[in-house]
Amino acid sequence: MISILIISGILLFAIVFALLFRTQVLLNVLKGSYNKRVDVAGNKVHGILFVIFMIVFFVGMFGYHEIAKKDYLPDAASIHGAEADSLFWISMIVILIAFVITNILLFVFPYLYAYKEDRRGYFYPDNHTIERIWTIVPAIVLVILLFSGLKLWTNITQTEAPANSTVIEIMGKQFAWQVRYPGKDNRLGEYNFRRIDPNNEFGIKVEDKSSEDDFIPRELHFQKGNPVLLKIRARDVIHSVFLPHFRVKMDAVPGMQTSFLFTPTISTNEMRTKTGDPKFNYELACTEVCGRGHFAMRFLVVVDEPAEYQKWVASQKSWKSQNEDYFAETLKKVTATPKATETKVHKDELSSL
Amino acid sequence: MSTVNLHIDSHDDVHAHDHEHEHHELPFIRKYIFSEDHKVIAKQFLISGMFWAIIGGGMSMLFRLQLGFPGQSLEWLKPLLGGWIENGKMNPEFYLALVTMHGTIMVFFVLTAGLSGTFSNFLIPLQIGARDMASGFLNMLSYWFFFLSSVIMFVSIFTETGPASGGWVIYPPLSALPQAMSGSGLGMTLWLCSMAIFIVSSLLGSINYITTVINLRTAGMSFLRMPLTIWAFFVTAIIGVLSFPVLFSAALLLIFDRSFGTSFYLSEIYIAGEALHNVGGSPLLFQHLFWFLGHPEVYIVLLPALGITSEIIATNSRKPIFGYKAMIGSIFGIAFLSFIVWAHHMFVTGMNPFLGSIFMLLTLIIAVPSAVKAFNYIATLWRGNIVFTPAMLFSIGLVSYFISGGLTGLILGNAALDIQLHDTYFVVAHFHLVMGSASFFGMVAGVYHWFPKMFGRMMDNRLGYIHFWVTFVGAYLVFFPMHYIGIAGFPRRYYSWTGFQAFDTFTDLNAFISVAAFVTFSAQFIFVFNFLYSIFKGKKAPMNPWHSNTLEWTTPVNPGHGNWPGEIPIVYRWPYDYSKPGAADDFIPQNIPLSSTPESNLPYEAEMVKEEQEEMKASNAH
Repeated sequence: MISILIISGILLFAIVFALLFRTQVLLNVLKGSYNKRVDVAGNKVHGILFVIFMIVFFVGMFGYHEIAKKDYLPDAASIHGAEADSLFWISMIVILIAFVITNILLFVFPYLYAYKEDRRGYFYPDNHTIERIWTIVPAIVLVILLFSGLKLWTNITQTEAPANSTVIEIMGKQFAWQVRYPGKDNRLGEYNFRRIDPNNEFGIKVEDKSSEDDFIPRELHFQKGNPVLLKIRARDVIHSVFLPHFRVKMDAVPGMQTSFLFTPTISTNEMRTKTGDPKFNYELACTEVCGRGHFAMRFLVVVDEPAEYQKWVASQKSWKSQNEDYFAETLKKVTATPKATETKVHKDELSSL
Repeated sequence: MSTVNLHIDSHDDVHAHDHEHEHHELPFIRKYIFSEDHKVIAKQFLISGMFWAIIGGGMSMLFRLQLGFPGQSLEWLKPLLGGWIENGKMNPEFYLALVTMHGTIMVFFVLTAGLSGTFSNFLIPLQIGARDMASGFLNMLSYWFFFLSSVIMFVSIFTETGPASGGWVIYPPLSALPQAMSGSGLGMTLWLCSMAIFIVSSLLGSINYITTVINLRTAGMSFLRMPLTIWAFFVTAIIGVLSFPVLFSAALLLIFDRSFGTSFYLSEIYIAGEALHNVGGSPLLFQHLFWFLGHPEVYIVLLPALGITSEIIATNSRKPIFGYKAMIGSIFGIAFLSFIVWAHHMFVTGMNPFLGSIFMLLTLIIAVPSAVKAFNYIATLWRGNIVFTPAMLFSIGLVSYFISGGLTGLILGNAALDIQLHDTYFVVAHFHLVMGSASFFGMVAGVYHWFPKMFGRMMDNRLGYIHFWVTFVGAYLVFFPMHYIGIAGFPRRYYSWTGFQAFDTFTDLNAFISVAAFVTFSAQFIFVFNFLYSIFKGKKAPMNPWHSNTLEWTTPVNPGHGNWPGEIPIVYRWPYDYSKPGAADDFIPQNIPLSSTPESNLPYEAEMVKEEQEEMKASNAH
């Protein structure tokens, strides 16, 4: 089926251009213009083609937007996401206005001013007033866009997390995400990359008391309406946390912690109703190329109503309780050789780079 | 008019030309291979660039097959790709290798070496009135370093572990650790060696261009009488000299990290079952260094194309370029700003958000000089008398891409909006239009326009027209739909999107893009055919086929070594005296004295005539 499509597409192109070519040849022969510097009639054709192109282009681009709309990502499911979306579409309208005006001029002028033997170009080397206007007007528009963008950016990247926010650690590795919740004490246990082994993917320091209730679920759960602070890191190469529906993206960098603070606003169930798709799920993807499995780093994300969320948290077993033997053994090893092999790295210094 | 002809013809002295030849006849190897003649070196760069463009473009065809028709058996590619096709499917690491090499080849080997290397070399001496580059020897070295770097890069494609595959930006640790992916082994080593040599070539070229423009301009060729092509090449070379060494240092530190156990970019890594010893390095350091070149590189690629376009649009609109000084100003504005916007590639890398704000501010400023350039091109078309040569069509196409691609830059430069769009197809659409297609069109336009000067023959116009319309429409059909896919959040460098609910749409559009890409790529062979055919069989070129003003058209049809058989012409006016009121013809070349065109002189020029006559007297006496 697809090969038929390809072949017919190629054929169609071939036919169209064979026809154009033929017309061109015939025109040339008719006008006897082969040896003229400018073939006036043939020249005019390009002016007309530019106008036709412009019309088809505009119709195609706005028309396809109407078709494609349904496949765009659904409404933003976070507070800042909704704001960013509206700024995006406002900016889009601004650039589309500029786009339409400049393209009309660019494609209509060739039509209007195609070569005529009895005409001369208009000797018009400059005009300072016009130049000043078209320097200042874009500058003003830019300043407006800039300040609305700056304001939003500052809001999004504020570093102070509110007291009620949930801290979640996301760690990227080749080729999967792993997430860790702080448990009841709301504190993530410390980690060190030298402690990583197949049992301890995060390199959790077992001697740190706050690690005892940390749990490592198979899905990422957010509580609707509650701020989430993602603490992001990677253990091998750079990955990037992308939560498309929440308009969240932040790189996961080995040796350096990054973070993203946001508030989910639409639960998975609400989104299912909204999109009319009972199988809808939020997803986490990787957007920094990280190797062979880059395209397959999918992780399921669920946004719960507060009550459901509490229930889910309560149902999670701590990492320690699932790995009692490993935990005890490692604890013994660590206490036997205190601090011998570990190098302290100051994360704050790194993150200021 | 008679003066004009007389002046030109006096240089078209066939006997003098032959005479010149006899005395300077060099052995084949010095004339065509290790040549120090800027025109030959330019052609060497051009043909190498075309070779790379076919390789780089061909690679994109392979990954478009994967993206447009996922699941289709690619068994038929086995004879070409061998082990990279596994059970009828493309190896995902090979897919990444294709993407990486496509980017590397197109950005550096085609649009930097192929564009600047060709046209800076060819046009600088011819348009400023010099017999050759300041140093022919360095110029020759520049090409042969490029050739060596090309050979190494080409060899890397055939290594068993595959060429570099961590993206053309080669971010460590992925590129630093052979354990992370097979392409980070030998392929990456070769990539780094090749690029280091490439940078040497680029620097040798740039230093030469700068020196030549400053020192070897002919009498009367003041800076403000230089064609905009020369301004663009000149500033491009300055950008190159300032930014390429930074990439060199980035590459060097990466070589240290890879081979000598240092930790510039590596810290706290656990990979392939072991914790590495490296601590204290920062992957972000590499990104800062890389983009300190990487962003100026965009303008290294784009400015020459814009310069070429300025010249072609003015010539074929039969009008002076609108706002000549504003154009120069905007070239300088863009060049300066290009050095202080690099971190807009890094808004979501974990860089301090305050830095993000600063870079957002600076980034949006760069839109102003860019907008001025676009408006000036449009104003030049206004009330012109436009001749649509293939070169002119490609130049108009360039302006269209420049606008379409440039405008989305306003959205991507906005850090708050970039969060969602970073590393999606929106970015792919943006830079393929504004930097890829636009620069490519500049290069092709340049070839059509200066082909008669390069080879003494004309390219076929009709094939040129077909080439233009297929490519112009085709490139829009390839890159414009990517905006929609990008708005839907599709990430870049994905082997397949079907694993995600969110991205399991637009399959028909992706197939459409692939078909459009195949057609567009195929159309380039029309150009290749036209190019090769016309070198040998094209219509003999007249001396000044486009009725252009610049000095290169005062040389013989086939300029020999030294470019002008007699004296180098003296320049008396700026290069854009097209359709000057009162003039007999609609162009007055730069070497026509004001004193011989009293009928068209503007008031201030009439006053300069006296001065000019004194100068001529002085130079005659000399």
